[in-house]
Amino acid sequence: MKAHEKQAYLEEYELLKKKGKPFFPYAVMKDSVMALVVVGVIILMSLLLGAEQGPKADPTTTTYVPRPEWYFFFLFEVLRIIKPPELVPLATIGIPTICMVLLLLLPFYDKGPERRPERRPLATTAGILTILAMGYLTYAGAVSGSPTEIDMKVAPQYKAGAEIVAGSGCLACHKLGENGNNGPGPELTHIGARIPRAAIVRSVEIGPSIMPSFRELPPKKLNELADFLSSLN
Amino acid sequence: MPKLSDLLVPAPLRKTPKPGEAGVPKTPAPQDLKSAPPERPGEMGRVGEQALEAPTEALAWIDQRMAASGFLTGMLFRKVPKGTNWFYTLGSAALFAFIVQAVTGVFLAMFYTPSTTQAYSSIAHINNDVFLGQFVHGMHKWGASVMVILVFLHMGRTFFFGAYKYPRELNWVIGVVILILTMTMAFTGYLLPFDQRSYWASIVGININGTGPIVGPYLSDFLRAGPELGATTLSRFYAIHMLLVPGALIALIGAHMYLVVKLGTTAPPWTRIGNTPRVAEPTTELDAGAVSGNGYSPNGSGSTIAGVQIDGHNGGGATA
Ligand code: HEM
Repeated sequence: MKAHEKQAYLEEYELLKKKGKPFFPYAVMKDSVMALVVVGVIILMSLLLGAEQGPKADPTTTTYVPRPEWYFFFLFEVLRIIKPPELVPLATIGIPTICMVLLLLLPFYDKGPERRPERRPLATTAGILTILAMGYLTYAGAVSGSPTEIDMKVAPQYKAGAEIVAGSGCLACHKLGENGNNGPGPELTHIGARIPRAAIVRSVEIGPSIMPSFRELPPKKLNELADFLSSLN
Repeated sequence: MPKLSDLLVPAPLRKTPKPGEAGVPKTPAPQDLKSAPPERPGEMGRVGEQALEAPTEALAWIDQRMAASGFLTGMLFRKVPKGTNWFYTLGSAALFAFIVQAVTGVFLAMFYTPSTTQAYSSIAHINNDVFLGQFVHGMHKWGASVMVILVFLHMGRTFFFGAYKYPRELNWVIGVVILILTMTMAFTGYLLPFDQRSYWASIVGININGTGPIVGPYLSDFLRAGPELGATTLSRFYAIHMLLVPGALIALIGAHMYLVVKLGTTAPPWTRIGNTPRVAEPTTELDAGAVSGNGYSPNGSGSTIAGVQIDGHNGGGATA
């Protein structure tokens, strides 16, 4: 905005303000109605949905799928889309940080005097696309449940290991045959052919990148799990 | 009998007493009876009258020291521009959700213990034993979602209305920081119940921070506060959730509100000053309809309500 445009805006604003109404009671009235709606909705949600606890936190088992609260789904879904390990930093911190910086600096690069959305095609399109993308990612995150059973042929000696994989929430992030979510973790369908057993054990214990560490699993379970996974080739 | 305020207030700060009050010699009744104050004999005695004046006296006493009444009435009766509509309530709605979080949070804090051995059971205690415990806990839990939604909606409103432009750039920047802090509250609060879901989700969340370039590993070390997610992690999340971020949020929301009052809120971008109004003083309903920029008629041509052309000026016309 050039100096005269700023001046014009301020003058127009002064006039619009003169034609306006006092904050009290007009705006206060609307704000109060809205406040009642907000509190009403919160009370209603509390009464209807409650605040039940899940099972107590237990480092030795993941009976619960690691799942963020719904308003972080969109961030988590970005990880499913951008999967190559070398790009993970970009997906986890890179893109959100860039988006936040772009958002923060918005008034410093969008300085035009126009305010009507239909006359700001670039800003409006970007805004709508962002909303659609976030909406879609949130939806994708909401519907991506994770199976707690593995539906595939498993040789009897590997049954125990398969159950540990199914019961430890691995499938929230890994695909295994027809089971599980495709990402953010790499596919496990042929993991035995790709890396040696020792590397599998190390990954499970360390929890590389964003994966949690499972080093608290009892050694017997860890062994059965590694037996099962290294048999997949 | 001297009035209490006269005893307390030092002479220079005292309200100039009205004629007829204690300490002021009674002036003879005005000759002109029309200008004389009406007498209400027997309605109430001196005591009743003084009791009635007490709140005013107290306020006057406070105001003599704070000198805030000018500012407050200015704030309350300042004009909001023509066209202000329901979309403008989203900010105060977010503020209200924040207040709900603050109040319910205080009550939860009275019963919650941030230790790995007791956190889970203290929440169970709140849910099962404390009077209205689960209700307040539920309000805090769902209030978080409501607040996140309202903050995003409010940001969307200011974005599409171009409200981040001159002269309100700084308030937008403050808003974005508030948004980040709101999400930080959501993230740190999630661990506190210490059930399986919060435990494993927080581990993944911390690890996600850890993959970031350069600062990532430091960030995740700071959050985890040790090699494993454990007691120190929980107290750190608790301190961040209870002290650090709420304090920053209150300060920033204060600054945000200050700028809102100081700069005034925008008019909807479609609202035009309009021609000399044909209706001398529009009634409330008509005026609400005349807001061509109330978002339901984006091109500003919808300035008719019930078939009556109210505002001859077409918002889609010349840029003012
Ligand atoms: C807890 C969070 C927030 C609270 C309580 C809050 C509160 C408010 C209130 C009460 C207003 C007055 C007008 C209105 O309600 O629309 C306002 C205006 C504004 N807010 Fe916020 N806000 C919050 C977050 C944000 C965020 C996240 C942004 C943007 C990134 C933002 C940017 C703005 C701007 C630019 C204005 C001026 C709008 C105008 O003049 O039309 N605020 N805020």
